[in-house]
Amino acid sequence: MNTDQKALQELLFQLADDDFILAYRGSEWLGLAPHIEEDVAFSSMSQDTMGHAVMFYEMLEELGAGTADDLAQLRKPQDFRNAVLVERPNGTGHYMEQPNYDWAYAVARTYLYELFKWVRLEALMSSSYQPLVQISRKMMTELRYHLMHWQTWTKHLAGGGQESRDRLQAAIAQVCQDIEGLFSFGPHADAIVAAGLIADASTLKARWLEKASDALAKNGLALPDAFPAPSHDGRAGEHTEQLADVLNTLSEVYRLDPAAAW
Amino acid sequence: MTEETLWSLLQEVKDPEIPAISLVEMGMVNKAVVEDGIVRIEVLPTFVGCPALEIMKRNISEIVGAAEGVKEVHVQFVFEPAWTSDRISEVGREKLKTFGIAPPPDLLQIEESFEAACPFCGSSQTRLDNLFGPAACRSILYCESCKNPFEAMKPV
Repeated sequence: MNTDQKALQELLFQLADDDFILAYRGSEWLGLAPHIEEDVAFSSMSQDTMGHAVMFYEMLEELGAGTADDLAQLRKPQDFRNAVLVERPNGTGHYMEQPNYDWAYAVARTYLYELFKWVRLEALMSSSYQPLVQISRKMMTELRYHLMHWQTWTKHLAGGGQESRDRLQAAIAQVCQDIEGLFSFGPHADAIVAAGLIADASTLKARWLEKASDALAKNGLALPDAFPAPSHDGRAGEHTEQLADVLNTLSEVYRLDPAAAW
Repeated sequence: MTEETLWSLLQEVKDPEIPAISLVEMGMVNKAVVEDGIVRIEVLPTFVGCPALEIMKRNISEIVGAAEGVKEVHVQFVFEPAWTSDRISEVGREKLKTFGIAPPPDLLQIEESFEAACPFCGSSQTRLDNLFGPAACRSILYCESCKNPFEAMKPV
């Protein structure tokens, strides 16, 4: 594999794995969201996001990286290229048992990630790889609705009284502990940018900062002044133990019989 | 088989989630060509993660594949051009209404809401209840006039 092919595959894994793992975290909220309408909405958005991951895995399949299902279900945690932010648990406990999940964190994480995703897709619309140009345009039409939804929740929580506001601001700070990891392109960053696949990390970060600051400022909220270096570089295959838990759960059935037809 | 026959066969393939409307009326069929019994069809997905896509593919293959003189059917999903909600035909928009779904309004520069007339009584006294509904392509609204909840296709 030459440098350009390797760069393309690395980028596709980042795109696919970010969406795949966050969609899984979103799906863990099913039945636990604040009200039934939110259950419908969050599940619908997780389904969109999972669908986006499938598209990226299928692009990898076209490039000969393996079948989309195998790529999603059979790789080891260290082969995943998602940023650590998306693998963080929803709270303490387990979705089956004592799920002490944090709704403010769900709102803050998903909103700030989806704003990043918007910026990333916008950048992909000028990619040298044509399939990414076409698919990003399509995904943005869907993402627009997600952003409206999370803006509504942000407004709701920011205006919902002192405790609600404090908890949302604290969740934003918590999310920002991991935010730098999103902007990393990992060990192949130079090759990814040199191949014209996407704008460089500092450009993406500047655009995100502008969008995220505006989105929060509408509700009198703000981002922290500085963002620490991430504890693990997910783009280099460094992950928390939680990713192994996620993969064990979501691929449990598939691993029983990878040859079964679905 | 002629292309005309092919398009009339495709008219028989319905949206699995809205059986009142065909894929052609939904504006999802981008191209349909036939050459020496080999049929090639390009379909534009409405939403990327729509779980009904595989069912549509299978239904197309079954219906077109059963026609006389057809040797092979190739269905491909493409994103160029992108499907947009204004591709739904006038007939399609009427059929959506009879099924109780408001057709998509024009795409506006909107922040948090969009408006659609009630498919049951036609009133525009409606409110958006949930941007997200039972399928990726639909939202849930409520009619203040006839007091019915209803779904509307999202403008995309």
